[in-house]
Amino acid sequence: MSLPERCKPSSTSAKGVKAEVFSSSASFAEMEAIAKRLRRHIITMIGKAGSGHPGGSLSAVEILTALYFKVLRHKPRDPQWSDRDRFILSKGHAAPVLYATLAECGYFPVEELLTLRQLDSRLQGHADRTVTPGVEMSSGALGQGLSFAIGVALAGRLNAKDYRVYVLLGDGECDEGQVWEGAMAAAHFKVGNLVAIVDNNGQQIGGWNRDVMNLEPFNKKWRAFGWQVIEVDGHSIPQLIDAFDQSKKIKRQPTVIIAHTIKGKGVSFMENNPDFHGKAPNTEEVKLALKELE
Amino acid sequence: MAKEVSLREAYGKTLVELGRENPDIVALDADLCRSTMTQFFALKFPERFFDCGIAEQNMVGIAAGLAASGKIPFASTFAVFAPGRCFDQVRMSIAQPRLNVKLVVTHGGISVGEDGTSHQSIEDLALIGSLPGFTIIVPADAMETAQAVRAAAAHFGPFYIRLCRPKLPLVHEQGYQFNLGKAVTMRQGGDATIIAIGLMVKEALEAAESLKREGIDCQVLNMPTLKPIDEAAITQAAAETGAIVTAEEHLEHGGLGSAVARVVARHQAVPMELVAIKDTYAKSGKPAELLERYGLTARDIEQAVRSAIKRKRLGASRP
Repeated sequence: MSLPERCKPSSTSAKGVKAEVFSSSASFAEMEAIAKRLRRHIITMIGKAGSGHPGGSLSAVEILTALYFKVLRHKPRDPQWSDRDRFILSKGHAAPVLYATLAECGYFPVEELLTLRQLDSRLQGHADRTVTPGVEMSSGALGQGLSFAIGVALAGRLNAKDYRVYVLLGDGECDEGQVWEGAMAAAHFKVGNLVAIVDNNGQQIGGWNRDVMNLEPFNKKWRAFGWQVIEVDGHSIPQLIDAFDQSKKIKRQPTVIIAHTIKGKGVSFMENNPDFHGKAPNTEEVKLALKELE
Repeated sequence: MAKEVSLREAYGKTLVELGRENPDIVALDADLCRSTMTQFFALKFPERFFDCGIAEQNMVGIAAGLAASGKIPFASTFAVFAPGRCFDQVRMSIAQPRLNVKLVVTHGGISVGEDGTSHQSIEDLALIGSLPGFTIIVPADAMETAQAVRAAAAHFGPFYIRLCRPKLPLVHEQGYQFNLGKAVTMRQGGDATIIAIGLMVKEALEAAESLKREGIDCQVLNMPTLKPIDEAAITQAAAETGAIVTAEEHLEHGGLGSAVARVVARHQAVPMELVAIKDTYAKSGKPAELLERYGLTARDIEQAVRSAIKRKRLGASRP
């Protein structure tokens, strides 16, 4: 190991790049079409990689579609733009849905999705902020994203920036004690520019949450920790967008959107099937899945 | 006896100076700010101070998020709780993404005293030392602490600075200049080299003084930057004196002794002895009693030097 370098003034955006704010004029119908494309990418890339986590990627497709194609202020050609809204993927095993979304937005070429999990690929098995343009945080060790998001939100407040911070958690991830440390702190610090979304697909690797570790009453837990709680159908893009709008109305309190979803959504044999939490579809299954997603 | 000065206070005061100089400096604590002395910063800059309560994992994550957004967070608690209570958070939220977080921890080692095993950090250097990219500093007195804290703020990347609870005499002269990554020659000598960190530097100097009366001439190196370690200084010391003794307030596994042994084995193999805690937990007691019980005094260093020199001579007499 060599000695660390002296700090330099940080540059906030890439030089010489004409970066535009991402246009968010997509209609609901267009977003539905994008969501379907994301699902096809997820199946294809995990199938090609031969390993990965399809279930929890497919359940979060509409959440990421609504965020990246309507809600977030971002510049795909300038991922470090200092005024960007931040999306933090805490459930890092859902990296494929994030990669697919970033590629569709233009952060990197769509063809690169097929390098998922290969040696030296920018698309690591779990999200890695050091290699992938647009990935804000290295995750995969569950429970850490909310705390990180609070830090990003507090920095925004200190710097008088008006960006908002969105962090996606899994429901199973909420078994981790750190999530509740973060929940308590976000309310205590009155972090109003923070929105947590829970991809509430009801399952974790070992089966249904209620059998592995009961989370209920989930809604009441968040409320008791001092959060504004909104529950939506996590596969309804209009409901999600409404919830994100509503989150902006409260200024000094964090918001959690509990998005009720279906694990493996969109592929019949993966839906509500915990076997596809962390298993790649084989060649035949990829074909079947893509046919369903035509 | 030289005047004893608190390393923790030196940290607290330096942090306030840094806060005044740079608005991006922020501080976090886990309900121990009166002990770690981040309270000085908290009083001066309340809007830039975040007490995270007794929740070290969350504190580390918040610090990482602040660093990822251009802030320079100093996060403090006792050494036993960071990394002890939040190793995976330090690993994934700070070390892997190489974020600019400064962990400055206090109450390192067994000199924390009467609080006993649960509060005595004897594994922290091994844990943090195992993480790629971390710079580790263990200052030997208050003057070095102040300069180490400044160096951490001035250099990019994750830092771990470990302070002990007791006040320590100043071992450096006025005008001392701390250089990141460089060993400090505290005393010249040709028979053996004692390499020490933290409060063991003063013990090493005392041992060298005592050995001098037996006609043994020891070089003493202070190794404030434990990682990346000054390989050139260690190799040179091994070549010039032919025997090395390390002294640290930490387990033998994974601390200073292990780091020096890696260099010695690779570049200049000479007899080595390790003065450190031997694969055991300590207990409640006065700091001085504990240091004596667990073999961390000047007397223990002297004994180790005699052994190392004996082995050196034995080696030299072999055909």
